[in-house]
Amino acid sequence: MQYALIIHEQPEEMAKRTSPEHAPAYWDAWMAYSQAVSDAGVMRGGAGLETPDKATTVTLAPGGHEVHDGPFADSKEQLGGFFLIEVDSLDDALAWAAKLPSPGGKIEVRPLLPPRSEPGSEG
Amino acid sequence: MEAVERAARESYGKLVALVGRASSDLHAAEDAVSDALAKALETWPRTGVPEHPDAWLLTAARRRLIDDARRGQRRQTLDEADVVDALPAVGPIPDERLALLFACAHPAIDPAARTPLVLRCVLGVELERIASIFLVSPAALKKRLTRAKAKIRDARIRLETPEGEQLGPRLDTVLAAIYAALTAGVDAVEKNADGAAGRLAEEAIWLARITADLLPNEPEPRGLLALGLYCESRATARIDAEGAFVPLEEQNRDQWDTAMIEQAEAALREASAARRPGRFQIEAAIQSARIARLRNGENNWHSIVGFYDVLLGLAPSIGAAVGRAAAIAESGDLDQAWRQLQQLERDAGNRLPSFQPYWAVRGELLRRRGELTAAEQALTKAAALAADPAVRRYLSAKAARIAADER
Repeated sequence: MQYALIIHEQPEEMAKRTSPEHAPAYWDAWMAYSQAVSDAGVMRGGAGLETPDKATTVTLAPGGHEVHDGPFADSKEQLGGFFLIEVDSLDDALAWAAKLPSPGGKIEVRPLLPPRSEPGSEG
Repeated sequence: MEAVERAARESYGKLVALVGRASSDLHAAEDAVSDALAKALETWPRTGVPEHPDAWLLTAARRRLIDDARRGQRRQTLDEADVVDALPAVGPIPDERLALLFACAHPAIDPAARTPLVLRCVLGVELERIASIFLVSPAALKKRLTRAKAKIRDARIRLETPEGEQLGPRLDTVLAAIYAALTAGVDAVEKNADGAAGRLAEEAIWLARITADLLPNEPEPRGLLALGLYCESRATARIDAEGAFVPLEEQNRDQWDTAMIEQAEAALREASAARRPGRFQIEAAIQSARIARLRNGENNWHSIVGFYDVLLGLAPSIGAAVGRAAAIAESGDLDQAWRQLQQLERDAGNRLPSFQPYWAVRGELLRRRGELTAAEQALTKAAALAADPAVRRYLSAKAARIAADER
């Protein structure tokens, strides 16, 4: 079963990415986590995302679309990246989520949609 | 047919746990088990009750599940292992109800759905009855349960008993779900008396016993079992012949179930032997002390206050804080009790005004302080907040007596 670990970071955590003082430890922790997920053989994908000040939101409306500066979600924590992992159960996924190096972060754990069966196949 | 009813009550959760294990699909498992029970009702009167009714039901339920899968009615396809599992079962079936309990009360499940889901899937309590106990419409409850079951299936919450360091925190949510059933059952004084909503406290005790028996090294399930037994031992005495609520101090002790009190004492002793105190063991100890006081006439209010101190240290709650203030008043220190209540009013904030026991205790303390107008108002407020009609009548009558004294 595949799960996405969607990582919402605290702004002060995200700020460490570019802080000369904190950046090395920040990136080391993420590399180590990423390595651990790979070593466990459960990594199926993922990416880190640029900071929300580089986000653009496109709203699709019947009369056309609108483009706005900034992220869609208006919350303190911001989407920082995600991992895709393949494990047996939600509890295993939650255990990986609990190990993410993101103090104060909020991790949304979602199962991936199962592949859609072809129309006309059995059932 | 009685044999089917008995099998249904004792085996429902066992069957759902075994049938649902492979797919985590409780909805499909429940359908299959209901179908097997219906088949039993139809078959057993002709063939006689099989030697192992559980095994018969399990086989019938699994066949139904496989038929559904073949017809493509279920999204999950069954693998080889499930088909092997489906060979006719012989002998007694294993008891995986604990694994089912842990899935139903999983922290990833909406807290409001956990207790109803446990009652439905582990005990097979009818939806209408659960709805009436928790004062929601059957349609709303059904929606809530359907959503919870879909989450268990689609997010793949396994029907497993957690191990190691996972067990403690996960057990907390299981016990909290059982405790919620217990308090709802105990609070429903009138419903219990006329049997309309059935004996929910009894079901909660049943669940606590399953948990305690299946986790013999954990003291808290046994503490919760003791607590449930203490409360239930006084169920008959809690309501008089006219349907009026009778508080503990005024109960006819001949109506207490002494055998059940003995069971409670034994369970509490066994739990405390582990020397790992927890909130349910302490709550049971408070019940034990209050019963001992009334039976032996010893004034042990000081030790009851001590238990509340421990309880507040382990699991702070406004219920425990209000109980502590009441116990301090009973120990003779009315001023200290009043100060405690005022402190609580400053600390607890906006949750206090809707908490019925707070108004009842406040009313009683005000009455003893001679502030009758305020006492009457507090008790009237408590009566308005009481969910149970018998408790509401009791509090209203008390308020009315104070009003009469005032004149």
